[in-house]
Amino acid sequence: MVEKRAGRTACKILQNRQIADGIFEIVLQWPKILHRPIAGQFVNLYCSHKGRLLPRPISVCEIDEDKLHLVYAVLGKGTAEFTTFQAGGLIDLLGPFGNGFSLEGKPGRALLVSGGVGTPPMVELAKQLKARGWELDVVCGFRSQSYLVEQLSRYGTVHIATDSGTEGFSGNVIELLDHEALSGDTLFACGPGPMLKGVQTWAKAKGIPAQLSLEERMGCGFGACVGCVTKIITDNESGFIYKKVCKDGPVFPAAEVLFQ
Amino acid sequence: MKLAVNIAGVELKNPVMTASGTFGSGRDFEPWIDLNRLGCVVVKGVAATPWAGNPPPRIVETWGGMINSVGLQNPGVEYFIAEDIPWLRQFDTRICVNIVGRTVSEYVAVAERLAGEDVDLLELNISCPNIKEGGVAFGVQAEAAAAVTSAVKKVARQPLIVKLSPNVSDITEIARAVEGAGADGISLINTLLGSRIDIWKRKFILSMKHGGLSGPAIKPIAVRMVWQVAQAVKLPVIGMGGIMTGEDAIEFILAGATAIAVGTASLLNPEATMQVLEGVESYMRETGVEDIADLVGIVK
Repeated sequence: MVEKRAGRTACKILQNRQIADGIFEIVLQWPKILHRPIAGQFVNLYCSHKGRLLPRPISVCEIDEDKLHLVYAVLGKGTAEFTTFQAGGLIDLLGPFGNGFSLEGKPGRALLVSGGVGTPPMVELAKQLKARGWELDVVCGFRSQSYLVEQLSRYGTVHIATDSGTEGFSGNVIELLDHEALSGDTLFACGPGPMLKGVQTWAKAKGIPAQLSLEERMGCGFGACVGCVTKIITDNESGFIYKKVCKDGPVFPAAEVLFQ
Repeated sequence: MKLAVNIAGVELKNPVMTASGTFGSGRDFEPWIDLNRLGCVVVKGVAATPWAGNPPPRIVETWGGMINSVGLQNPGVEYFIAEDIPWLRQFDTRICVNIVGRTVSEYVAVAERLAGEDVDLLELNISCPNIKEGGVAFGVQAEAAAAVTSAVKKVARQPLIVKLSPNVSDITEIARAVEGAGADGISLINTLLGSRIDIWKRKFILSMKHGGLSGPAIKPIAVRMVWQVAQAVKLPVIGMGGIMTGEDAIEFILAGATAIAVGTASLLNPEATMQVLEGVESYMRETGVEDIADLVGIVK
């Protein structure tokens, strides 16, 4: 028998504020009845609007003693609705879900590479890695405006790239990795598909084992609908099988992911 | 209070079933619900061989519902027999296997393979809108629906439910055809064909362009069709389509459903089946109904 879990739980909102253009941080009181999340997991947040039924999966940015920090981008009407939620109010949550990053192995030098709203999960990851004795380089790419840099700087050296060149290096994270001749014993990445594909190629060329946290449109978030799949390399006729990003992932070994 | 119902000779402890494709084989829900309390688990579609499913994106939200184009991804009947039947048999609930295929012989192959296996009911899925060949093609033409029903019925050793597509102009015609071909029960509705376009990218959101619309948005259509089919055939009817609460379930039962299935609601809340069951019980208490069977089809 599996361990029983709490269902959809109304969580108290402690703070909900804009931290960059179209980017918000929401801090929730973490109820003790829910499992404590680990780096790389996500939670389902639900809208109040009765027409918007599907959850919005939001990755864990940081977990304190009893507070969960989430950073979300306003990408549609559901996340726009979240920005109207006030401190003191409640938000419906289910989770945490997903496998999270694997932190096993002897501490050394780790590269954390993120793009845009793939940056938030790097905060808890960096904190956990530093606590285990790892040295960190955190490479973050943004369109034009950075966020979470202060938090990340507590745990390692942060390198910023922007597409617009308004902050840090002008270019993408792969170009920045090469420009600064960064390397490491292991690599963790989270961001949009094209970036992850670039990271996969880069890490393979350097011989660095990598874990990629993937993004896909999700239905339920806990494995039942089989909506959020990604191609995983398999020894069969087609060369792949579809695995669920929400349950088998969202973190996969880079060598297993088949990008188009 | 009597909640037990009978579907084609199989007794269910209560009328709450799961809708195929929204519950896997139940494993994903074990952390939240006691599967012993379900009337029946209707598992995700099982094919003769493993099916890969469609490319993502497979899911998009719509007002009051969602559209999916999963495409019946499943590991095939051999895996199902080896892994899922023994797992489900730990629980005191009925097992209904949703059978999918691209050709009549593929459907027959699954029913034949399950003939000696420990499952209670078969559900013939001739209504999935996400499969190009077969699938829904059998569900929208009365002759094809009858042909696949009678072919599967010949080899089936468990009672055969046929799941109907709502994407037809007259669902009673299909219902009568499968009744004539030997079906032991009818379930409805499967999803309605739908689509969504991203106006900024000027592209369909789903990779397959169209998919199956489900959720509370489709409930009124489902209630109407359940009523029509219940009037048209003598077979037991399993009603589904947007059931979120016990009150929704009662609506289907009054329209003529002997049992009901909870689908999309389980994806939005893993405890939905239990809440629907409790809602049915509380309606019966409030209205002084002793036997759920007394409510079936009483709205004419």
